[in-house]
Amino acid sequence: MSMLVLEDVHTHYGKIEALHGVSVEVNKGEIVSLIGANGAGKTTLLMTVCGNPQASSGRIILEGRDITRAPTASIMRSGIAIVPEGRRIFSGLTVEENLHMGGFFKSKAEIRKNQDHAYELFPRLKEREHQRAGTMSGGEQQMLAIGRALMSKPKMIILDEPSLGLAPLVIKQIFEIIGHLRDEGITVFLVEQNANQALSLADRGYVLETGRIRLQDTGANLLANPDVRAAYLGG
Amino acid sequence: MAAQNFKHALFCAIVTLVISYPILGLNLVAQGTQVVLEGADTATLISIVLAAVAVFLFQLFRDHIMGSVGKMPNLNPFANREPMEQSKRQRLDTIVLTLLVIGALIWPFLVSRGSVDLATLVLIYVMLALGLNVVVGLAGLLDLGYVAFYAVGAYTFALLYQYFNISFWLALPIGACLAATFGFLLGFPVLRLRGDYLAIVTLGFGEIIRILLNNMTWLTGGPNGIGGIPDPTLFGMEFGRRVKEEGNTLFHEVFNISYSGNHKIIVLYLITLVLALFTALVIRRFTKMPVGRSWEALREDEIAARSLGLNRTSVKLSAFTIGAFFAGFAGTVFASKQGFISPESFVFLESAIILAIVVLGGMGSQIGVILAAVAVIILPELAREFSEYRMLLFGLAMVLMMIWRPQGLMPMRRIHIELKKQE
Repeated sequence: MSMLVLEDVHTHYGKIEALHGVSVEVNKGEIVSLIGANGAGKTTLLMTVCGNPQASSGRIILEGRDITRAPTASIMRSGIAIVPEGRRIFSGLTVEENLHMGGFFKSKAEIRKNQDHAYELFPRLKEREHQRAGTMSGGEQQMLAIGRALMSKPKMIILDEPSLGLAPLVIKQIFEIIGHLRDEGITVFLVEQNANQALSLADRGYVLETGRIRLQDTGANLLANPDVRAAYLGG
Repeated sequence: MAAQNFKHALFCAIVTLVISYPILGLNLVAQGTQVVLEGADTATLISIVLAAVAVFLFQLFRDHIMGSVGKMPNLNPFANREPMEQSKRQRLDTIVLTLLVIGALIWPFLVSRGSVDLATLVLIYVMLALGLNVVVGLAGLLDLGYVAFYAVGAYTFALLYQYFNISFWLALPIGACLAATFGFLLGFPVLRLRGDYLAIVTLGFGEIIRILLNNMTWLTGGPNGIGGIPDPTLFGMEFGRRVKEEGNTLFHEVFNISYSGNHKIIVLYLITLVLALFTALVIRRFTKMPVGRSWEALREDEIAARSLGLNRTSVKLSAFTIGAFFAGFAGTVFASKQGFISPESFVFLESAIILAIVVLGGMGSQIGVILAAVAVIILPELAREFSEYRMLLFGLAMVLMMIWRPQGLMPMRRIHIELKKQE
């Protein structure tokens, strides 16, 4: 059963083509990692899934529904959640208000339930419930960003570089949580530069290079692949 | 250290000299082959030179001076105080606000007619600033043409009265809704724009409305304005000496008291007070509702807000519309208070003053904005004795505010830190 399918997706920024026909499939309940160097088009791929910018050709199918031409707001309300690159929490709002924003289209009871769940995953957030989010450390902000994305009770969560700029210990913690999310039945699409950790966690992986998928295999096979090791894992 | 500042200090001193030339009205006149300085006696010249020297010395040693200022004991005795408990502060807030409202209700009976009139003006600006606070402070959309919606409200009432004889109370919602419609319509083209570009477009819109009002002479009377706009009535009671409109009664006859011109002023003040309170409460309610939080989220981070499924278009439009609604509200009251309006009342300076109130008060903070409205409108009145220097003083006060409290008089609070004691 596939959750998200990209079929030969091309994306343009003005006249420049950033994705030259990318096909990716994410099945229900798995963790799929997308790795690639700077400028390979990882973030563009995610943004295209979210409909900003929209794909210039190809199809994007979410749970059997074609969302290629759907507006961003409606895509983001259809069971998919994204943790954007660089966290992008609302720094002026409190932790609790940030979480509530995540469940904007949910009922009050659901918000309460999902909020408790987020606090269970990240007890640190509970401690800082009424603090301005911008005053927290980078790791706590990343936890908040993930917690906020979970507030809409998504079937699938997309994480864009969750390890960016975090201490190794915090990265380990974040990856543990990502594994835990899969155990809860949430499909995870993980985009990372930190190839080692991303691939060891993933069921399957894709390698993106200059807007094209170069390789696709199981996470373990990619980790063992000599080309991948040379290019992304430092030999 | 002083050597590094030398060039800068010299530059500042020269600027001081150059600026004092137009400000003090000096004049260079050619007399034959010589150029003579006119309009200044020796004392003025000496003080200009002294001022330049003072600026030079201050800039030269400013690091020392500012350093020692920093070491001085803090002048604000409350600066290092522990933050109050949330529940206690909320109770205090409620008590202070209730006392303020009661005070504002009793106050007009104790003071002069002029003060009450001024207070009505302040309240109109409070309404305007609270409305603009939604657009600028909460939604983070810089609107430099806010006065246009104010004008729409005022002209709606004036024209409705002139052509259809519609009373204040009926015109109030119509004016506000029409202004809101204009806000909605303006919202569409400006949605793609951000920051500076948005400011320019709204500025243009403000000017378009004013110039339209000025040139549509057949409808608005152009620069001659519209006069004879009636005061509000209170349950069909008028405040004049004689009844103007059939079917109405007279306030002093109904209550069997002698006629006084003060009645009208005081009742107008009270009506404005009620409307300002209504504005404050409604907007306060909005900020606690999801729509208010979505404004703030969009201001904080547009991409994040969109990633959560918020529709950028509808959030921005709602902020623009609601802001414009209350400007229309204030405009109707203004037209009724003045009795005469012309495009002159709706120039860019008005937009700038309202924006200054919002920024001074602290973006997003209601109490701050109300305090700032009081300060900004009353200060120039108090400084009337300084006549031509009062705008200078006003400017100085603004600059000092921005240096000492860049976050505004009372910034929006959201700090609540409870650190657990380490064991």
